Amino acid sequence: MKVIVPVKRVIDYNVKVRVKADGSGVDLANVKMSMNPFDEIAVEEAVRLKEKGAADEVIAVSIGVKQSQETLRTALAMGADRAILVIAAEDVHDDIEPLAVAKILRAIVDEEGAGLVLCGKQAIDNDMNATGQMLAALLGWSQATFASKLEIEDGTATVRREVDGGMQSIRVSMPAVVSTDLRLNEPRYASLPNIMKAKKKPLVEKTPADYGVDTTPRLEIVATSEPAERKAGIMVGSVDELLDKLKNDAGVI
Amino acid sequence: MAVLLLAEVTDGALAMDATAKAVTAVQPLGDVTVLCAGEAAAEAGRAAATIRGVGRVLVAEDALYGHRLAEPTAALIVSLAGDYSHICAPATTDAKNILPRVAALLDVMVITDVSGIADADTFERPIYAGNALQTVKSRDAVKVLSIRTSSFDAAPEDGDAPVETIATAEAPGLSEWVADRVAASDRPELTSAGIVVSGGRGIGSEEDFAIVERLADKLGAAIGASRAAVDSGFAPNDWQVGQTGKVVAPDLYIAVGISGAIQHLAGMKDSKIIVAINKDGEAPIFQVADYGLVADLFEAVPELTDKL
Ligand SMILES: Cc1cc2nc3c(=O)[nH]c(=O)nc-3n(C[C@H](O)[C@H](O)[C@H](O)COP(=O)(O)OP(=O)(O)OC[C@H]3O[C@@H](n4cnc5c(N)ncnc54)[C@H](O)[C@@H]3O)c2cc1C
Ligand SMILES: Nc1ncnc2c1ncn2[C@@H]1O[C@H](COP(=O)(O)O)[C@@H](O)[C@H]1O
Repeated sequence: MKVIVPVKRVIDYNVKVRVKADGSGVDLANVKMSMNPFDEIAVEEAVRLKEKGAADEVIAVSIGVKQSQETLRTALAMGADRAILVIAAEDVHDDIEPLAVAKILRAIVDEEGAGLVLCGKQAIDNDMNATGQMLAALLGWSQATFASKLEIEDGTATVRREVDGGMQSIRVSMPAVVSTDLRLNEPRYASLPNIMKAKKKPLVEKTPADYGVDTTPRLEIVATSEPAERKAGIMVGSVDELLDKLKNDAGVI
Repeated sequence: MAVLLLAEVTDGALAMDATAKAVTAVQPLGDVTVLCAGEAAAEAGRAAATIRGVGRVLVAEDALYGHRLAEPTAALIVSLAGDYSHICAPATTDAKNILPRVAALLDVMVITDVSGIADADTFERPIYAGNALQTVKSRDAVKVLSIRTSSFDAAPEDGDAPVETIATAEAPGLSEWVADRVAASDRPELTSAGIVVSGGRGIGSEEDFAIVERLADKLGAAIGASRAAVDSGFAPNDWQVGQTGKVVAPDLYIAVGISGAIQHLAGMKDSKIIVAINKDGEAPIFQVADYGLVADLFEAVPELTDKL
């Protein structure tokens, strides 16, 4: 079974973004970029499936600017076998929408004859939480989102999902799209020898046109603004003072 | 224009707060039809009919919809979609699972976590863990939206809309439910509670989380947690507040032993009053707190509980 792992290059989760003064977007110039944390978890899970013999090949795919090849090299260093880079933007500020990403991924899944897609539940830049579900719809596949446990056996996947009420376990027929939640696994660090080896692994470059996909956005970004700042509060010296403030100033208890 | 709103129905019961907040959000868009789907959904349908602003309720009852599986529920919505300009739902984990599938089947983009509606095509949503707000204008014929409920007030329950039973759609047969693990609790639900007490890694252990629980019970509050507290096994996953957990905006949010990472703030910084109790005066949580107390939580929290 071939496993496709879509990995997105996003702003590092430790960086606080700044909205550009003219409201045209957020400033990504000279900002540290990394693999979307949920996608690291997806790569880890795919590599573990391969190590267990449940998968034959792990293919990492990224769609975006040329620099996304760094993200793919990270996936290769973690154990992915090869990578596909779909260059769909020249400017780091141009985000490709989940619907277009899903259409490109559908074409790659078809071309590769993949049996499983393991993606992140959410990209921490656009916070869409949509691509995996959209891809499953386009392929007519089952979907298991927000996975915190995955077991594959006899053509079905049993997935424990993190949901609002607690946990839900479902069984889905394969092929399937599974999206990862934070507690699925602890991703490994790539070792230096593996980083060196990753440089020699195959990475092919494509364009959306190669897959016949139009990436024109459906959503026009009208404005990007700074959320309202909270005004600075006060420090209290004791529990008694806190209680007094909550009762008499804030009136919340 | 007409709106189809998927109600949040769990085991036959309507999640009134989430659904009524979503009704407030989408009502300016047109006539609101609420869809209640479940193995049993008639009672949820009757409850939804009482939300002010609801024009009509559709009830689809079938074992297929009992566990809110994405494939059959999306197929049902798509079978109804032709009549609507907007397809919406409160941004619960169920809707986050289902709506993108619906949107892709209709070949439109999904707009998730909508926190503001400017007009029929223009929506505001937080991005980058709430560090920026983006306004987008959709070019699609049908708009598929999930609504960030913490940004809207619940519509009152004094309506009386007609309820119709509808036929079910075909079963895609791709997935089956195995089990739910739901923690039963008498405490208020996290996303609708007026007061939330949250604990972080600073609590140190599952046993010591009882300190947070006692304070919450004294206040009649819901309990939340940081990701670090959940990952360390101190608290269950459904307590996680933040960018990738639940978004809350109570009147009072008390953060105990939580440092205030941006991913945590994303889920609580719209609370009316924020209290932070942390032994590290430099912790970033104090930058958003209305009242900060630098103290050892093992002393301050029991003292606070006793004095309430
Ligand atoms: C992709 C991604 C998504 C994430 N999503 C979320 C999310 O949804 N929600 C979330 O919360 N986090 C999320 N995180 C994690 C986030 O980055 C932080 O790691 C996490 O919020 C830290 O939790 P914490 O504040 O409990 O722990 P810490 O940062 O370790 O802070 C513990 C605090 O407790 C204080 N403390 C310790 N002992 C005491 C004591 N005795 N008395 C008083 N204070 C004490 C310390 O001073 C410290 O400030 C996410 C991270 C990533 C990468
Ligand atoms: N441009 C992209 N390139 C590769 N993978 C992506 C891209 N966009 C989204 N994904 C995948 O889809 C997941 C969910 O993203 P989103 O729907 O944008 O929140 C991510 O965690 C990735 O696994």
